[in-house]
Amino acid sequence: MDAILLQILNGLDKGGAYALIALGLTIIFGTLGVVNFAHGALFMLGAFCAVTVKTLLSLEQVVEDPNQLTAWGTPVEIRTPYVEAWFGDFGLTLLQYSVPVSILIAIPVMLAIGIAMERGLIRFFYKRPHAEQILVTFGLAIVIQEIVKAQFGANPIPQPAPDILRGMVDFGTVIGLEAGNVAYPAWRLVYFLFSAAIIGLVFAFLQFTTFGMVVRAGMADRETVGLLGIDIDRRFTIVFGMAAVVAGLAGLMYTPILSPDYHMGMDFLVLSFVVVVVGGMGSLGGAVAAGFLLGIVQSFASMNEVKAILPGIDQIIIYLIAVVILLTRPRGLMGRKGVMEH
Amino acid sequence: MRKLDISRRGLLKGSAIAGTGLAAPAVLTTPSWAQSYTNEPTGDTVTLGFNVPQTGAYADEGADELRAYELAVKHLNGEGDGGMLNTFSSKELQGNGINGKRVEFVTGDTQTKSDAARASAKRMIEKDGAVMITGGSSSGVAIAVQGLCQDAGVIFMAGLTHSNDTTGKDRRANGFRHFFNTEMSGRALAPVLQAAFGNERTAYHLTADYTWGWSQEGSIIKYTEDLGWNTEAAVRTPLGAGDFSQYITPVLNSDADVLVLNHYGRDMVNSLTQAVSFGLRDKQVNGEDFAIVVPLYSRLMAQGAGENVAGIFGSTNWHWSLQDAGSQAFVKSFGQEYGFPPSQAAHTCYCQTLLYADACQRAGTFRPSGVGAALEDFEFDGLGNGPTLYRAGDHQCFKDVLVVKGKENPNSEYDLLEIVEITPRSAVEYPVDLFEGELGPYNDGA
Repeated sequence: MDAILLQILNGLDKGGAYALIALGLTIIFGTLGVVNFAHGALFMLGAFCAVTVKTLLSLEQVVEDPNQLTAWGTPVEIRTPYVEAWFGDFGLTLLQYSVPVSILIAIPVMLAIGIAMERGLIRFFYKRPHAEQILVTFGLAIVIQEIVKAQFGANPIPQPAPDILRGMVDFGTVIGLEAGNVAYPAWRLVYFLFSAAIIGLVFAFLQFTTFGMVVRAGMADRETVGLLGIDIDRRFTIVFGMAAVVAGLAGLMYTPILSPDYHMGMDFLVLSFVVVVVGGMGSLGGAVAAGFLLGIVQSFASMNEVKAILPGIDQIIIYLIAVVILLTRPRGLMGRKGVMEH
Repeated sequence: MRKLDISRRGLLKGSAIAGTGLAAPAVLTTPSWAQSYTNEPTGDTVTLGFNVPQTGAYADEGADELRAYELAVKHLNGEGDGGMLNTFSSKELQGNGINGKRVEFVTGDTQTKSDAARASAKRMIEKDGAVMITGGSSSGVAIAVQGLCQDAGVIFMAGLTHSNDTTGKDRRANGFRHFFNTEMSGRALAPVLQAAFGNERTAYHLTADYTWGWSQEGSIIKYTEDLGWNTEAAVRTPLGAGDFSQYITPVLNSDADVLVLNHYGRDMVNSLTQAVSFGLRDKQVNGEDFAIVVPLYSRLMAQGAGENVAGIFGSTNWHWSLQDAGSQAFVKSFGQEYGFPPSQAAHTCYCQTLLYADACQRAGTFRPSGVGAALEDFEFDGLGNGPTLYRAGDHQCFKDVLVVKGKENPNSEYDLLEIVEITPRSAVEYPVDLFEGELGPYNDGA
């Protein structure tokens, strides 16, 4: 029971990341009809927003002490972060909370990146075949990756969670089990709650705001909405920016779980496309449901009891499920008729 | 005036001599004679190929390896302070290159993938004229490139590769390894683990799913079970998995009180950080404090994992805090060049370059069979780790092995590991036939 609960929790935080990326992919596909292979790069750029903020907050005052020498004979450098020198304990707290603090910076930055990407490149490929869209966005992803690699190097850059969220939470007691039986890392629970909140916000925005209503109408019939005198292109550009923000925040908040490196977007992108296909192309609900479903299934497939019967199943389970679902439900779990079928 | 009298016999003899004389330069310039082995240097330079991971799970090590190679080239060419050339027991190298030729180099990115590593090594041999290939990390890559070098007829001086197979079942005449292996790690670690944790422990292994992981897992299981430990499970994880949480959570519900992480590089940084975040370092099982062991440690990995390494045991080939003259000379030279101390990956790559150069100098050639013969059963000192032997039977170096532990209170970001034991060479040596495998004959190539 404990083992099963732990794997469900594992699946939920992993599934949260899958769902957030897949949600952004689906929004872009549903509004613009673009298959965006650069979406993983947006996830990675969000993570590097956290790295950049941490780097800026960690800038140090360096003073050489000629009385102390290193093992290689140079004076020892005494380093003090400027934020500590300027703001004392508050500065150190700010440094410790660099991951959540960087959300404030990441939202406008990712919005700007998304809008620039859509206006600068993607819009020229609206009416081009999906194969060409995939090629150009994949190329863009590689360019972004190489820029990040040149700027930050190839190595992962650790981004620890704030001290208060580094420990374990006794999750068992929360659901009425005996104390100490199901303990789970606090940050992973935070990530799951964060992803659920972002998903809720996106749905609420599309469902309950005038802007969202127009976007949904545009997704259903772009030409008619245009004929009503609404600048649907401008709204779709903003939607692209929103999708970039969602992907960016997903990457940013994942950094204490997985140290960011330039390749992290590609690692998630492939799985997220499988999630979108399983959920159903163009279905927001399908993307979210499939994200969590596949995250949980992948975790269960990693249990030793399962692997003892089916060795290596953890490596292929997601693709097996995709094959089975596409054979039985060609449009995916919640796919709409007509999407990607022409 | 004397009459020119030419007999038939004299004409034939004269023609033969003249013909031989005229033909000789042509014969000497045909490829089969001018280049009697692959990439024989004919000008005043010699090219070495440095094939390291610049991307992927072991990019940290690769970057440091490249720094060490560049430093070694400087020292071989008489630039800089000479580093370990000053402490090396062999005094053949004079800082004027190798065999009087200035050393140049080309680099490649293995991407920590065997096919990419072979492709870049092939390019360095065929297009750049490299006479020796060296580099790592990853045993899978090393074994693949070693095979390629054997077929091409160049020497391979392995960088960071720790699997027994490199000089075990996959050993090749043209391949040489200065780094230690998992058999030696097992022999060195077991007594320290016994002293720290006793004889009644249950271990759970998470293992990188390729040759090095399997080798590491096998050696640690062999030597810890000899102590009386049980092995609860040995679970294989994919290289570069990133998030290991799904493999760590079953450990929480097992009877294990020791987690052995047979991971390296970025994978070890992630798996150790995540294991600690799941509370394993603070856990108690059956009244015993839970322990984590990282059998192969490096300073770079410790830096990546930060405070999570505190109190965790492992083995290492070399550490910058060693106080012998060779280690200190290298640390000084590397530190002044780059501003931080070298890793074990940097050390082994620097040593391999010097050892190759020295062997060429002693042999008076770059011909692989000649260089190989000069390396076989070569005893040396002054490169750290004390007196060292390059064993002829498998081309494996034997030297002291370090057992280290993550420091509880480090003084700096580099001062993360403390040496708890220097296991003498005699305790880690094993019979040459412990592992199956044949070196086969040297291949000089062209």
